[in-house]
Amino acid sequence: MIYLDHNASTPVRPEVREAMDAALGDLHANPSSLHREGQRARAAIERAREQIAALVGARPDEVAFASGGTEGDHAGLVGLAWAAESRGRRVAISAVEHHAVHGAGDVLHRLGYTIEHLAVDGEGRVLTDAIAALPADTTVVALMLANNETGVIEPVAAAAAAAHARGARLHCDAVQAAGKVPVDMASLGADTLVISAHKLGGPKGVGALIVRRDTPWEPLFRGSGHERGRRGGTENLAGIVGFGIAAELAMRDLAAESVRLAGLRDRLEAALRRAAPDAVIHGAAAPRLPNTTNVSIPGARSDHLLMALDARGIAVSAGAACASGAVEPSPVLSAMGVPRALAVCALRFSLGRTTTAADVERAGAGLTEAIHAARAVTAPAGARP
Amino acid sequence: MIRDPRGEGRPLKVLAAMSGGVDSGVAAALLAERGCDVTGVTLKLWCYGSSPVSPRACCTLDAIDDARGVARRMGFPHYVVDAEDVFRERVLQPFLDDYANGRTPYPCALCNQHLKFGDLVSRMDAIGAEVLATGHYARVSRDETGEWRLERALDPAKDQSYSLALMPYAALARVVFPLGTLVKDEVRAHGRRLDLTLWDKPESQDLCFVPDGDYAGFAADKLGETRGTREGAFVDGGGREVGRHRGIFHYTVGQRRGLGLSGPQPLYVIGIDAARNAVQVGPRESLGSPGLETDSVNWLMSRPPEPGTRVEVRIRSHHVPAAATLEAAGASARVRFDEPQAAVAPGQLAVFYAGDRVLGGGPIARALQPAA
Repeated sequence: MIYLDHNASTPVRPEVREAMDAALGDLHANPSSLHREGQRARAAIERAREQIAALVGARPDEVAFASGGTEGDHAGLVGLAWAAESRGRRVAISAVEHHAVHGAGDVLHRLGYTIEHLAVDGEGRVLTDAIAALPADTTVVALMLANNETGVIEPVAAAAAAAHARGARLHCDAVQAAGKVPVDMASLGADTLVISAHKLGGPKGVGALIVRRDTPWEPLFRGSGHERGRRGGTENLAGIVGFGIAAELAMRDLAAESVRLAGLRDRLEAALRRAAPDAVIHGAAAPRLPNTTNVSIPGARSDHLLMALDARGIAVSAGAACASGAVEPSPVLSAMGVPRALAVCALRFSLGRTTTAADVERAGAGLTEAIHAARAVTAPAGARP
Repeated sequence: MIRDPRGEGRPLKVLAAMSGGVDSGVAAALLAERGCDVTGVTLKLWCYGSSPVSPRACCTLDAIDDARGVARRMGFPHYVVDAEDVFRERVLQPFLDDYANGRTPYPCALCNQHLKFGDLVSRMDAIGAEVLATGHYARVSRDETGEWRLERALDPAKDQSYSLALMPYAALARVVFPLGTLVKDEVRAHGRRLDLTLWDKPESQDLCFVPDGDYAGFAADKLGETRGTREGAFVDGGGREVGRHRGIFHYTVGQRRGLGLSGPQPLYVIGIDAARNAVQVGPRESLGSPGLETDSVNWLMSRPPEPGTRVEVRIRSHHVPAAATLEAAGASARVRFDEPQAAVAPGQLAVFYAGDRVLGGGPIARALQPAA
């Protein structure tokens, strides 16, 4: 199986598994317990907190562990909005945010907030000029660092500056960016930032919300003093230990790995263009993650192509899926102005640490075949035998 | 039953159409158990978010989960494929048009023709599948001359050959019906034996997209249909108004219940005149018809039969086939029954059988009138 869906989830690194195994075997106490066993468990979490802080250019005491990106986005966006409630009940969310951020917006909407959406250009980059023109009672702007579907990198620093200039805060979902490109909270100007372990070689079910010191923010999960009052609930200790190791390794390897992946990505895109000269690569003119290609092959619907590729041992993503599991045109591509006929043909290839040059080579060959097969299915019903 | 055209000793690659019901789930599971390389597909035909949820409906989110559950249990891959556009254009729209034109549509045949044996058959090549499997109760065989034959299921109570009459002849070479020789109890027993959670699911009775059976309400509420909903006249055989009807959408030829008419004898719907927005009613005797003409016929044979061929004709899905003679057979057909048949409803299929074999079928265009 050639696995080209690393943006969905990427294999856990062996060192992470070892560290988690050791933690599960050895650290059984509750990290909040006061005895020495509890203190050993606490130490493991605090070590991981330092590793996470280092990855994103934050201070350890700014890091709160959570169950993953979705929780982090809820806690970040809702927490900022609540803390600024006296100044307004309106937040702005970029049109290309992950479902998790839109979901957090739904929670606020349910509470009576108004949700504004920030438009993007044809490459999927948010139009930051619109931030200055938002209504005065807007208190939070949400903008991701890198888009999960297209890999396009958003102008977060410019958006943060624009938000701050009018007294609003910036929430940044960096789930897809962390470990792939440098993430530095200070230079981004983000007030809250979210990352997730399983996107960078750690386990599923753990992530972190980073809240800048002095940022007015209120917690979502309350009731006990865990995470310095920022997230109630006994910590996912083994997961957090694994997350820490994964973050440390990702940072160590980042420079070399991003060059290697960009090279493979370029070869994959060349193979795509050979297999389908009319292929459209979304966001190609914008700065992108080194590992992500989102492409539409006209006339080859993504659900057909995904099945055809899967049957040939190549795992990719067809973008958004609805509740039933059927593939739907991506809202991200729609926001970029991609016509529906092209959007229903979009596929995402995302490479990762385990991807080799041979994988990319074989994927190129499989693609040619699969595109031919998928186009035959997609042909209008009248043309079928 | 399992053919391996390549004869290379590797497992037969099967695309299994799975609605989420017991039948298609067990069909796919049986093939997987016998060692076939199965890929399951559920067609998403309808936007489930807004359709009524009923355990008897086969096209709901729960049903998709049930199909997925079978695939997981048996260890084969499963995909959901969006076929909403084809379904709307090839099944729903003709369904509405038929009702609006005073006909009684049979959308299951169109769905089989365009989705299962159209869209899915064309999808087989994409994954390298040699055969398509469905949970229909019917049989396919090939005779010594190389002619493919669609045949009734062994279990007459479950036989679904009527609904398959519009499938393309060429598709017969590429389909398997694993349930064609089983009875329903055996199918459920297999489901239970294989530990499939759907083994005791209730059977679906109505159209999958109208689980509550209220076609008129569905058309008006879900599809915004306004044709056929206007009140009009019930007329008798002489054209005299005998009452008011609620819109032709609510009536079908042969219907007796729900007319709201009183008279010395029970009245039936004899015909629907969409152009005049009139529903003709009459006593039971006037329901009988000596024959029918079809719209274009799909022949499940390599050559259409000769005029004069003796056949048995089924004019709705649970009709006991009637002996008849094909008077003309080509692009369309005209048949004359040995005995008059009641309630020949335009829009329903006329399906021609020779013994167990389905020769072909087509939508009924009109009932022939008794000779004066």
